[in-house]
Amino acid sequence: MSLLEKKVSELHDLLHKKEVSVMDLVDASYARIGQVEDKVKSFLTLNEEHARQQARELDDVLAGSPGERILAGLPIALKDNISTKGLRTTSGSKILSNFDPIYDATVARKLYEAGAITIGKLNMDEFAMGSSNENSGYHVTKNPWNTDYVPGGSSGGSAASVAAGEVLFSLGSDTGGSIRQPAAYCGVVGLKPTYGLVSRFGLIAFASSLDQIGPITRTVEDNAYLLQAIAGHDHMDSTSANVEVPDYQTAFTGDIKGLRIAVPKEYLAEGVDPAVKEKVLDALKALEGQGATWEEVSLPHSKYALATYYLLSSSEASANLSRFDGVRYGVRSDNSENLLDLYKNSRSEGFGDEVKRRIMLGTFALSSGYYDAYYKKAQKVRTLIKNDFEQVFNHYDVIIGPTTPTTAFKIGEKTNDPLTMYANDILTIPVNLAGVPAISVPCGFSNGLPVGLQIIGKHFDESTIYRVASVFEQATEHHKAKPQL
Amino acid sequence: MSRISKDQVKHVAHLARLSVSEEEVDMFTEQLDAIIGFAEELNELDTENIEPTTHVLELKNVLREDTVRESVSREDALKNAPEQRDGQFKVPKAF
Repeated sequence: MSLLEKKVSELHDLLHKKEVSVMDLVDASYARIGQVEDKVKSFLTLNEEHARQQARELDDVLAGSPGERILAGLPIALKDNISTKGLRTTSGSKILSNFDPIYDATVARKLYEAGAITIGKLNMDEFAMGSSNENSGYHVTKNPWNTDYVPGGSSGGSAASVAAGEVLFSLGSDTGGSIRQPAAYCGVVGLKPTYGLVSRFGLIAFASSLDQIGPITRTVEDNAYLLQAIAGHDHMDSTSANVEVPDYQTAFTGDIKGLRIAVPKEYLAEGVDPAVKEKVLDALKALEGQGATWEEVSLPHSKYALATYYLLSSSEASANLSRFDGVRYGVRSDNSENLLDLYKNSRSEGFGDEVKRRIMLGTFALSSGYYDAYYKKAQKVRTLIKNDFEQVFNHYDVIIGPTTPTTAFKIGEKTNDPLTMYANDILTIPVNLAGVPAISVPCGFSNGLPVGLQIIGKHFDESTIYRVASVFEQATEHHKAKPQL
Repeated sequence: MSRISKDQVKHVAHLARLSVSEEEVDMFTEQLDAIIGFAEELNELDTENIEPTTHVLELKNVLREDTVRESVSREDALKNAPEQRDGQFKVPKAF
């Protein structure tokens, strides 16, 4: 068994007993990348020289005292929209192909302080806009379970690298499902935390009222360790919540007897693949077997979430992406006569079609004469969607359904029609609009491709999500399956 | 009926500081029309008395003391600049 197939706690123990060194783990990670990266293509940039230097330094420190830092010496990779000082950060876009950040994102700093080793930066849809990684400005990452299929997106590299065993775990970001959907497609565990739990400082912004960084791992317990390391208030992010972060490991001691599960009928309706529905119903049966009860409920405004999301996220994106102008950073177009040309040419040459489409949609929705009809209307519908969740959570502990309506689709299958592509996110988007946390955990396979179970919790109640996910994981074998590469 | 015209697409592209070819105008007109058409399903809902959500958490203005402190150095600020001169960002003429 490869070292990187072990859990965080097992590796920590091995380091503690000096049975492995940090360099062994870093070697294992780059060796695996050497073996499978040609097939999977998870990475945009490797950080080998620095990672080895950090490993040497840590081995020196750990030789004296192993320390209590649970993540010390463990290999991680970060989605490429998370700024890393001195390590190229592109956000999947050609316009940032030469961008060298001058500071670390708060999550990158926290991981460094925790002793985790950054192996490299992971592929993604350009500026996190996409559901398949086909919108990357660089290359398409492949699904490790079947390389003809997409890994999902936008954190496709983050999910594929963990599923392929290239790193122990990774960070992604989730604006409308971008952690949970690729986690579901690649058969790994992905959590979108409550909005505000994890600092967004240094995350290249897509839609600021929705974006949230979160962990992708192979087990639920590892996921909680990684969240623990990155959660918490940050004065550098004024939308970061000033709440006390609980000890998530205590979530793994309880059972789920008497737990009340809500299953929205809209999440098992037409459009959800019967095979996916069957796996979700099997999962609910397994949870019943552990003492939980479930009932069907309604989130009546679910059908409006997709339109609401595209109006709001594109509007916010059109403002956020105005900073890319070819003046202060990023790629500048040659041959511009004047400043206006410079802006237009740099942006038109640097952005891909999907990014342009969303900037155009957002600019339109915010423009004079249309603001009330589109942007403000969508903000009001967002209130209705948020209220749906609040009402259900008055009576239930968690909401459960599929993460995605289908399993992964084939590369190239949906690239021609933006609306069909957007429909992948129909079950993950409402969660971002409401700001609540949700996890995707593996719950079986259909035609050799993983199916994801989505568990949604109350604001800042990641502990209950972890408890339910962990009980499910213990009661089933799904997380033990590994792709053959 | 078309919800967005080619002229509107060109105007929006200008506002967004994007240059678009005639082919791209055709493509974006068709695609934005479909997306906006889809978005119009929100009009089924009566939101007359609903407050808009700008933010999911109950956040008030976050203030801090206005104290003098270190900021980004000039060297760092210019590190990624495509062109610079005399410690400043260099751009072509504005007009």
